[in-house]
Amino acid sequence: MKGNVIKYQRDNIDTDVILPGPYLKIHDYNELAKHAMEGLDKDFHSKVKEGDFIVTGRNFGCGSSREHAPIALAYSGIKAVLAVSFARIFYRNAVDGAFLLPIEIDESTYNSISDKDSLEIDTEKNEIKNLTKNQTYKMKPFSELIGKIIAAGGLFNYKL
Amino acid sequence: MNITEKILARASGKTSLSPDDVVFVNVDKVMMHDVSGPGVIAVFEKLKKKGMKIEKLWDASKVWVAEDHFVPSADKISAQNIVLLSDFTKQFGISKHFKYGMGQYGICHTLSHEEAMVLPGEVYVGGDSHTNTTGALGAFAAGLGHTDIAYVLLNGKIWFKIPETLYFKLNGKLPNHVMAKDFILKIIGDIGTDGAAYKTMQFGGDGISEMSVEERLTLTNMTTEAGAKSGIIEPDQKIRDYLAVRGVTKYDEVHGDADAQYEKIYEYEASELEPTVAKPFSPENIAEARDLSTTVLDKAYIGSCTGAKYEDLQAVARILKGRQVKIRTEILPAAISIFRKAMDEGLLKIFMDAGVVVGPPTCGACCGAHMGVLAKDEVCISTTNRNFPGRMGHVESKTYLASPLVVAASAVTGKITDPRDLK
Repeated sequence: MKGNVIKYQRDNIDTDVILPGPYLKIHDYNELAKHAMEGLDKDFHSKVKEGDFIVTGRNFGCGSSREHAPIALAYSGIKAVLAVSFARIFYRNAVDGAFLLPIEIDESTYNSISDKDSLEIDTEKNEIKNLTKNQTYKMKPFSELIGKIIAAGGLFNYKL
Repeated sequence: MNITEKILARASGKTSLSPDDVVFVNVDKVMMHDVSGPGVIAVFEKLKKKGMKIEKLWDASKVWVAEDHFVPSADKISAQNIVLLSDFTKQFGISKHFKYGMGQYGICHTLSHEEAMVLPGEVYVGGDSHTNTTGALGAFAAGLGHTDIAYVLLNGKIWFKIPETLYFKLNGKLPNHVMAKDFILKIIGDIGTDGAAYKTMQFGGDGISEMSVEERLTLTNMTTEAGAKSGIIEPDQKIRDYLAVRGVTKYDEVHGDADAQYEKIYEYEASELEPTVAKPFSPENIAEARDLSTTVLDKAYIGSCTGAKYEDLQAVARILKGRQVKIRTEILPAAISIFRKAMDEGLLKIFMDAGVVVGPPTCGACCGAHMGVLAKDEVCISTTNRNFPGRMGHVESKTYLASPLVVAASAVTGKITDPRDLK
């Protein structure tokens, strides 16, 4: 999986900025995408490209349980969020709904990756290649169940 | 095992469980509201398009529905969502649908205890992050997204990783000017907004035994703001009495073993706690109310599952009785039953004499939906739970989080005010 980085150098990006409250009444996924990251980055919608990755710090997706948050990012074209850590509901929403990959990286990897870098993610090898900087990083492997749900294409496709 | 491990072990048919085990657990109760409900309906539509036949739910009697975020309907889209939700509950035979304008209704987390929708020892999931609230009754209560709720509606089970438990022990009774809100803000300030990420926060000690059920609910409610999976308190006689008043006496309580394990134990002395405020833009950004006494406010908001229970309104009335508010102040009781009690007990008269506007139960401006959202640069003090950028309105508005006592005292002076300093 290859894509370019949109980097937010900060911790605790909450679901209220990923998809602000007034849009919670909307359930048209493409319409939600127009408002992704609106509380933090008004240019997000115009700059995001299909296949991009977000790279950010600790506790991404904290706050409300709104599945609108991973939906808005996914329908904007984001394929993975690489963060130092994730808030729990965002993480499971991303996986169980098969919207995007939540990938945990360590602090040094987070600091090494810059905005607009081109990355290649290999979830088999748990490796991230930075094609711009010619570096390779480790990603935290998915736990057994999470890996199986991702492989199945979401919780509804996962057979108990 | 501790109480959380024992509830999840019982619900997954295991004799023993440890933190980090991943299990599918059987769910006892599931809740959705006017935001997560239409989200779940959208998931159902997606599944049907893929060829899945959905004719009935796993058990409609275990499902209940609230209307809270955008009610009374804020605009055409939210009105349509209420219709969608009503059609859904009718189609699938969900009888416990609390509809606004038809008797009891209110914020889902408030109904969960006011209406005894969830009982000690149960596994309860809801399509809302503050589902943690109901853990104060001695249940495992956790918030989930639309896909997960849809999965529970069809299968009656969901996966959980067994959480580590952080234990918060409160020694002594809270002083009169300090509320549970001050205690939980202090904790979040100490451990941070991801200090309990993926974990359970359990509260205990003689200070918790002394605390009323409604105040305990404020603690578990805001475990969400520390990133917790759930918050929980072992059930005691106060919980049994609270449920008995609501006609419920039969349930299967769970208590932790004598040798229950906790990842970490934190101890607090009630006598050392102070009226505490979370400054913009994070619940962990705390200060003592007295240190913010020069902060000028535009608005005071008393509402939400966190800060509009009956005792919250009583605390506000204690301050507002015989006084006038100096800034725009609104009070939105969290459920019709609370609204009615406030009327019967004379609280509404105190509020209206003080100049406050009293509105219907709704999540309202707490989540920036409607009913008093903030303008650019407006500064609000609020009994709610979050103050992220844009949470209550314009992204350049500011929200300070505080207890009902502090919010009411601040409404009187127009500046952040410790209730002890009110003349």
